[in-house]
Amino acid sequence: MTTPSILKGRTWVWPDDVNTDIIIPFRFKARTNDPVEMAKYAMYGFDPEFYKKVKPGDIFVAGKNFGGGSSREQAPVAIKYSNVVAVVAESFARIFYRNCFAIGLPALEVPGISKQVKQFDEIEVNLQDWSVKTRDGKVHPALKVPEFLRGLMREGGLVEYYKHHKTFPWEKLETASITS
Amino acid sequence: MRQDILNDDSLTFAEKIISVRAESGERIHHPGDITVLPVDLAMAQDSTGPLAIKVFGDMGVPKVWDPSRIHLVIDHTFPASDEKVANLHHLMREFVKKHGVRLVEGSISHQHLLENHVVPGMILFGADSHTCQGGAVGAFATGIGSSEMAAVWASGNLWVRVPESLKVNLTGQFKKGVYARDLISHFIGEVGEDGGNYRSIEWKGPGVKNLSMASRACISNNSMECGCKLSIFEVDPVTQDYFRSVNRKSMFEIHAGSKAHYKDEYNIELDKLEPEVAEPGNVDKVKAVGEVEGTPIDEAFIGSSTNGRYEDLAVAAKILKGHKVKSGTRCIVTPASKHVFEQAINDGLAQIFLQSGAVFTNATCGACVGTHMGVLGDNEVCISSSPRNYVGRMGSITSKIYLASPATAAASAIEGKIADPRRYL
Repeated sequence: MTTPSILKGRTWVWPDDVNTDIIIPFRFKARTNDPVEMAKYAMYGFDPEFYKKVKPGDIFVAGKNFGGGSSREQAPVAIKYSNVVAVVAESFARIFYRNCFAIGLPALEVPGISKQVKQFDEIEVNLQDWSVKTRDGKVHPALKVPEFLRGLMREGGLVEYYKHHKTFPWEKLETASITS
Repeated sequence: MRQDILNDDSLTFAEKIISVRAESGERIHHPGDITVLPVDLAMAQDSTGPLAIKVFGDMGVPKVWDPSRIHLVIDHTFPASDEKVANLHHLMREFVKKHGVRLVEGSISHQHLLENHVVPGMILFGADSHTCQGGAVGAFATGIGSSEMAAVWASGNLWVRVPESLKVNLTGQFKKGVYARDLISHFIGEVGEDGGNYRSIEWKGPGVKNLSMASRACISNNSMECGCKLSIFEVDPVTQDYFRSVNRKSMFEIHAGSKAHYKDEYNIELDKLEPEVAEPGNVDKVKAVGEVEGTPIDEAFIGSSTNGRYEDLAVAAKILKGHKVKSGTRCIVTPASKHVFEQAINDGLAQIFLQSGAVFTNATCGACVGTHMGVLGDNEVCISSSPRNYVGRMGSITSKIYLASPATAAASAIEGKIADPRRYL
């Protein structure tokens, strides 16, 4: 299943340094292997009732260092299975960011974005241009990501990619760069 | 081996090891470049392994690339605390039977790998953020998630981005009552909890020779709390002595070049450090112990992959000897591995813990992850030598965690409030 290239949704705005223990506490994630069950504990550290309030198609907007701490992939999985369709942050913690691509949850790094958006604004995430459009019509380009990772994300993550290609996207990789 | 790369004076540790080991055979050394590394060892534990097993099955990969290089470690909730955990442990044991990969039960993965498998120059990926502990012996060791781990099981390789590097120059030696944990807490307080994000930290300078292997493991492990990808101590006589003591060979040394470029450099005088405490909520809210002394506590936890080694237990025992844990306060001591557990029993440390009124448990991640053996209730306060003080980390989301060295945690257990360990040494 491929991800549509334009995602419009209602925002949830989160602060800086939201760690993966807040996104899903260990004691819940270590007792299930079912993504739907994990989603019941999404953002539990901030609001144990979050899963009742989130709507399909919602988009996260966060400050710097979103997803710090534990490597738990259950964190982006819980967000994805809450039917949140994308996460936009000023910056991401390293492992969380990798995990988003690995599971096919769009994650865009847009410096300054959390100051441009309010809770429950409508925004538009463009996965073709790799940018975010805020309510005032301004387009904010996200930091560049190598094409092999964007392709992985568009195809829905590693499981879908492997099922389709019988290989992993980096196995054909010659060289790529994040900076150039 | 590309001698020209090993001898290149302009490369950092990270640039050099990635260039030497990259599958493309090309010299790749600009931060931001992406390449593919072969994996020497892949580890997953009981809170990331079950999801990796599910993903591996969903991909439809028939067999793993090399069972001898794959380790499944049951450590976080060992032994199982309830049937849900037991069922996930069972899933891991079934995977081990089917694919012939290695199973470890009842030692924390990072300590087990340090005691038995990690060598300099190795490429180690672990589905656990604190895998960066392997940098203590000069290995490329870093954390990934479950789906990428499943992909590694299938392919034996993974993409990496060449990180920028930070250099920390250490001088002098610790004063009484100050330990490796205080150094890394101080550093995290300085750079902030994302100050090392995507970066490789190199610990250098004349002070490094004064740090034992256990201290280096604590520092490399806890460097994760500023987000780092790698945290490196190059091979030196301390490393060589350690490898002789555990009777392990296959050394492959990488040394950063003297003209390497670092994004930032820091200088820390070990003599100037105090016992440090991180206040609840964020790992970078670090203060000298004097500023939080007297804060009442309900629990003191001495353990975890950051600070559950023999050296840590010995300091805690030295402080607790001849004292009692304050009535109404619990003190939980949890070794990081079966080996540490056994040493603590053989050397009489266990007896000191029991006589003081502390609880001495089997080796596990235990209380650190708030799942068993020391979970905090509503509004309870803990001082802990574990790595994280996040909201709800050790139990209720209204509980509070102060982070400190095992010495500070032990002194606090005696007084039932945060205490300066120097009074007991």
